[in-house]
Amino acid sequence: MAILSKEEARKILEKALSYSKADGCSVSLNGTDRGNIRYARNSVSTAGENTNVVLGVSSNFGKKLGTATINEFDDASLEKVVRRSEELAQLAPENPEFMDALPQQTYGGESKTWSEATAKITPEYRAQAAADSIGPAAAKDVTSAGYLEDSRSFSAILNNKGLFAYNKETGVDFTVTMRTNDGTGSGWAARSVNDVSKLNAATTSKIAIDKALQSRNAKALEPGKYTVILEASAAADLVRLMLNMNARQADEGRSFLSKKGGGTKVGEKLVDERVNIYTDPWSDEVPSSPWQNDGQARKKMDIIKNGVVSGLFYDRYWATQKNVAPVPFPSNAIMEGGTASLEDMIKDTAKGVLVTRFWYIRPVDPQTLLFTGLTRDGTFYIENGKIKYPIKNFRFNESPIIMLNNLETLGKAERAVTSEGQLSLFIPNMKIRDFTFSSLSDAV
Amino acid sequence: MKRRDFIQLTGMGAAGAAMLTGIPEMGMGHAISPERALEVIDPALKKRIADVALNAARSKGATYTDVRIGRYLNQFVVTREDKVQNIVNTESYGAGIRVIANGGWGFAATDKMDNDSIAKAAELAVAIAKENSRLLTEPVQLAPQKGYGEVSWKAPIEKNAFEVPMKEKVDLLLNVNSVAMKGGADYITSLLFLINEQKYFASTDGSYIDQDIHRIWPAFFITAIDKASGKFETRNTLSAPMGMGYEYLNARPQDKITGGPTTLFKGRYDMFEDARLGGLQAKEKLTAKSVEPGKYDLVLDPSHLWLTIHESVGHPTELDRVLGYEANFAGTSFLTLDKWESKKFNFGNKLVNIVADKTQVGSLGAVGYDDEGVQCGKWDIIKDGILVNYQVIRDQAHILGLKASQGCCYSQNWADVQFQRMPNISLQPGKEKKSVDDLIKGVEKGIYIIGDGSFSIDQQRFNFQFGGQLFYEIKNGKIAGMLKDVAYQSNTQEFWNSCAGIADESDYRLGGAFGDGKGQPPQSNSVSHGSSTTRFNGVNVINTARKIG
Repeated sequence: MAILSKEEARKILEKALSYSKADGCSVSLNGTDRGNIRYARNSVSTAGENTNVVLGVSSNFGKKLGTATINEFDDASLEKVVRRSEELAQLAPENPEFMDALPQQTYGGESKTWSEATAKITPEYRAQAAADSIGPAAAKDVTSAGYLEDSRSFSAILNNKGLFAYNKETGVDFTVTMRTNDGTGSGWAARSVNDVSKLNAATTSKIAIDKALQSRNAKALEPGKYTVILEASAAADLVRLMLNMNARQADEGRSFLSKKGGGTKVGEKLVDERVNIYTDPWSDEVPSSPWQNDGQARKKMDIIKNGVVSGLFYDRYWATQKNVAPVPFPSNAIMEGGTASLEDMIKDTAKGVLVTRFWYIRPVDPQTLLFTGLTRDGTFYIENGKIKYPIKNFRFNESPIIMLNNLETLGKAERAVTSEGQLSLFIPNMKIRDFTFSSLSDAV
Repeated sequence: MKRRDFIQLTGMGAAGAAMLTGIPEMGMGHAISPERALEVIDPALKKRIADVALNAARSKGATYTDVRIGRYLNQFVVTREDKVQNIVNTESYGAGIRVIANGGWGFAATDKMDNDSIAKAAELAVAIAKENSRLLTEPVQLAPQKGYGEVSWKAPIEKNAFEVPMKEKVDLLLNVNSVAMKGGADYITSLLFLINEQKYFASTDGSYIDQDIHRIWPAFFITAIDKASGKFETRNTLSAPMGMGYEYLNARPQDKITGGPTTLFKGRYDMFEDARLGGLQAKEKLTAKSVEPGKYDLVLDPSHLWLTIHESVGHPTELDRVLGYEANFAGTSFLTLDKWESKKFNFGNKLVNIVADKTQVGSLGAVGYDDEGVQCGKWDIIKDGILVNYQVIRDQAHILGLKASQGCCYSQNWADVQFQRMPNISLQPGKEKKSVDDLIKGVEKGIYIIGDGSFSIDQQRFNFQFGGQLFYEIKNGKIAGMLKDVAYQSNTQEFWNSCAGIADESDYRLGGAFGDGKGQPPQSNSVSHGSSTTRFNGVNVINTARKIG
């Protein structure tokens, strides 16, 4: 039942909407089928599947809004949930920022988010992926811990102004950590794909095993400013933090994009001119739904062009206050890369640090977008174009704005899995000078 | 889910449509009317449902079964400046069934509460257990647990917050916003988050346990702006989320600690007073002195120290982390079993005594019984500075040679499988009579830190960095004025060995995490951490100010 077709979803939504007596009504239907397998200590710890379909109704009387949800779809249940949302709306205080439902929008071409191969994943596939990770690890005296989650989902919305939108999506996320049994080495690798045929758990696991073995018995380097080569995951975990370019916060004077004396930094150079970042729902690498959950159409648009802030994101309410068109928040980000491979960049480095990924990244100062966090699962010292030896992890205190002003080289771009974020990014490996490591960590 | 993520969630709710997808994704359940939250399900009905599951699983070959029938209620009210942004009431009701079959765990859950659906879920759990058992390296060893028969436990609250009219809550938050803005705040978001867990647990050990748990978190986030310079500063609430009813918001004179640079709160919270001072302090921060980096003696208020305890003591003493079950996500722990076995690992110096306690009245982690039917208690984790114990559940007890679980099992919802989660972990007060003034008096060059701020720690819990809300310079035993741009860095063992004094019991207060995340897929847990104000000597302080553009 979880994945309804466009027609099936529309039929349920139309029926629900037919019960509405409010000034305005929006109905949505979201369904997800998820499967997962988790393993640790070279053994499967948990595995499961779950299915969830939810119908949501938002009714409004003037600027009073009520929302109710239900997971039963017979006529009586549909009528009940519409009535409940109307009762809640009558009880709610007015929300001065309430926006009326949108009329039908035009969405660009067909979404690229669905993969039949992913739709057909079985529990046996998951068990095999775990086995492909555990077996090679055990053979190398390494302990594996990993997690694979696959999902199939659909979203549909309909409102009383006639707007209807539908999209379905698949995804697979695989992360694996390999630790050497002497406790001195740790490696991590991860892949995120829409199409499971692009995932090979054994290959990904091998990267993590190699990193674990290479990172044994790390030496300590003095903290300080270093040239760093950030693998795509590490780069993505910092770059993602500057992409929430919220116009309202900038206009209100409480953002890194706010200017002295008022106004925002739109049109100003923020980072190195080689930095180009855009969002595009039809990207082949990081596809996303062509509409966001209020029905607004997403478009391909520049975020940073030649180092200059191209534009900010406006919710519909703030857009009316500023007399501009609303700009949906990005569903993905693509940063243009160069041609250098990771090996090329290492070869071209006299002294530097190679970072696999960052961890526990938290904001320190929103004014300058300063963040702190640590390197994890594979940090190496580079000298005269070669990886010399593994080094102990560092804590950094750095801002992605400062980092992208200290850009040396952009490598080839790839789909990155971040340690802690949700946004899908296609982003290059990159070499950065003067990256600030402020202390050492003994953590492996 | 950390606080930050929760704020993002509530922010998402500004548009009603966003919440439609937001609620189910968070596993919070379905939106309901506020009145429905006051309805109660008859324990006799829950017992009948539980028996269907226990019998169905047994008939399919389960050697152990537990059933959790849960009704989870959430209410949140979010305002900014003079506007109500969002009011949400949700309910999630269903059953989670966990079994052991062929020596392996299996779990299945359903929100369909008829006998057939319950029996099917139990059978699915057994099938999954049998499938998983084929990949096992060793069978599950469950510590013995006696059945308690039919028992109940209720959080000792004075006023059910769900019974308080919405208008009263909205008025409180809008008044809080107004007084903060009068004092100097340019923007403020304030919120009230309420939780009621009505949990029923039954197992083949012969327990039928009905529990009623309440939590409350009032909070605000203030920003003050200096347009001319383009600078802004923030000041967040000093409240603690608590395992209490609405009485938490009714502070009496004895609940306030005055005389220091700001009012602090003990047991109950005056949100209005904190916001009044918060507005003034956010503005004062704009012109405060930027800290000179270097070594300082730190005097840490419990509203700040709870988070350092949580990250540097709570997480590394979780036995599942120590054993490697969280290696791929949250990480492992530097407190390896050999350190515990040695009985002489100096986690801290002799002043440092840290206890785990799931019985502490008013705390977030207080329950009568955990989510695998173990009666909760209190035990030492660090005794006179030495690591003496961890946090353990039934299938881990044998690893430490324990004959019983410590009752640390928890699941955020009926739909998720229970696993080892942190109990309340607290620093014990100093045994000698000592006030905060006594602590400050002895400091030549130091910083007094109030409120929690930025936090980050590595995956084995060695190296950490913490910020705060309010920083005051201490010079020659006296508070010399406000500082900003302060963060301190240390190593867990070094830090707890630099402990130089703990105020006595009269200063003991709780702080806490409303939504601590762990596991894959991640689950949220609420946990309190108590302490009295504590001094640490010679800690490395950095200056966090930078320039961009």
